[in-house]
Amino acid sequence: MNVANAAVRVHGLVKNHGRGQGRVRAVDEVDLEVPEGQTLAVMGPSGCGKSTLLHLLGGLERPSAGEVWLAGRRVDTLSERALARLRRRSVGFVFQAFHLMEELSAAENVELPALLAGRSRREAKRRANLLLDRVGLADRGRHLPSQLSGGQRQRVAIARALANEPLVVLADEPTGNLDSAATRDVLRIFEELRSAGQTLVIVTHDERVAATADRLISMRDGMFVDDTRLAGSATGWLGGLIGLEG
Amino acid sequence: MQDAVLAMLAKEPSHGYHLRARLQRSLGPLGESMNPGQIYVTLARLEKAGLVVCERADGLPDRPERKVYALTATGQQRVATWLTEVSWPKPDLAEFHLKLVAAAAAGLADPVELVAAQRRELLRRMRETQRAVLAEPDGSAAVLLLEGVVLRLQADLRWLAACERAWSKVDDEAEDA
Repeated sequence: MNVANAAVRVHGLVKNHGRGQGRVRAVDEVDLEVPEGQTLAVMGPSGCGKSTLLHLLGGLERPSAGEVWLAGRRVDTLSERALARLRRRSVGFVFQAFHLMEELSAAENVELPALLAGRSRREAKRRANLLLDRVGLADRGRHLPSQLSGGQRQRVAIARALANEPLVVLADEPTGNLDSAATRDVLRIFEELRSAGQTLVIVTHDERVAATADRLISMRDGMFVDDTRLAGSATGWLGGLIGLEG
Repeated sequence: MQDAVLAMLAKEPSHGYHLRARLQRSLGPLGESMNPGQIYVTLARLEKAGLVVCERADGLPDRPERKVYALTATGQQRVATWLTEVSWPKPDLAEFHLKLVAAAAAGLADPVELVAAQRRELLRRMRETQRAVLAEPDGSAAVLLLEGVVLRLQADLRWLAACERAWSKVDDEAEDA
């Protein structure tokens, strides 16, 4: 893999939690390259280190050892200030619990990252409208999060994650709080992002969500135990499920 | 599928092509591989068994002599019986289970590897099914059927995870011994 077109690359990544006897190695010497435009799902039981991995990729936590590169730039050695700026501009986060600002409207939530990144009020507004439309919520911009369903809130959060045209979108159990219809809406949006070439890393324990990715990594005890390419392998299996005779 | 075709005739007598269209609407992507002749093969069998009768109806000028199929009294009875039946497809897990047991006993293959390969195959099927779900328009009747396929695959994947845990433990104990 050419390093230049890897959106995300980590090498020898280690993250320890705690010290001494109680020390837990949440991520244990992991190497990973996510090419631009790839949708990667990371699966594993709770406590396997998948969320920690996501936090390390997005600069929310710093590794105990190893390197993290985003678009050819090493980020684990950046100052706090530079790291915060990078998170704002280059990484879009989507969380299980949405993490919207409850006192701001849907549109204001989506505008916020663009404003923090220094864009004009007008530009932020324009972009928020565009993104809310993209996630099917053009008519909900003035609503407060508490006036929206869980599925709608998560779609606002996805719009917010896209506000600064991030290099990569990192989603941590994005459908964990959603029913199956809302899950389908979110997966449809991810599918659109995928076709638009957005790099996407989804951490999930749900096989139904993981299977929509191009590639699936399974984690256990901080390590990768399987790395499967799912894309381009349609088996025509569905059509064969029904036999008329019999 | 014979029973399903019979039951579709319970509403009203129908042409073969009309039945096929109704089937495909309900099945969505699962009905795509049905070839046009299959419905007529099924109808011919049902006719032979005395469950449906075939009448020639006045067709349109360009397609005269259309066949219309209708339920016989026996056919109606069978539909009633079918509706109250509680049969269910058998999950066929025994063969894979025995494969793991036999492979381990003979030292032919690592059961954990076999489980991993099977898991990858099921994940690809899950992907195919999920993509079919996402491609269905809102309100499609086939979504519910596809959801059933997805949930079954999910159950199978969970069972494979249990297999993986159990056989990994066997491996570890063998190493420790």
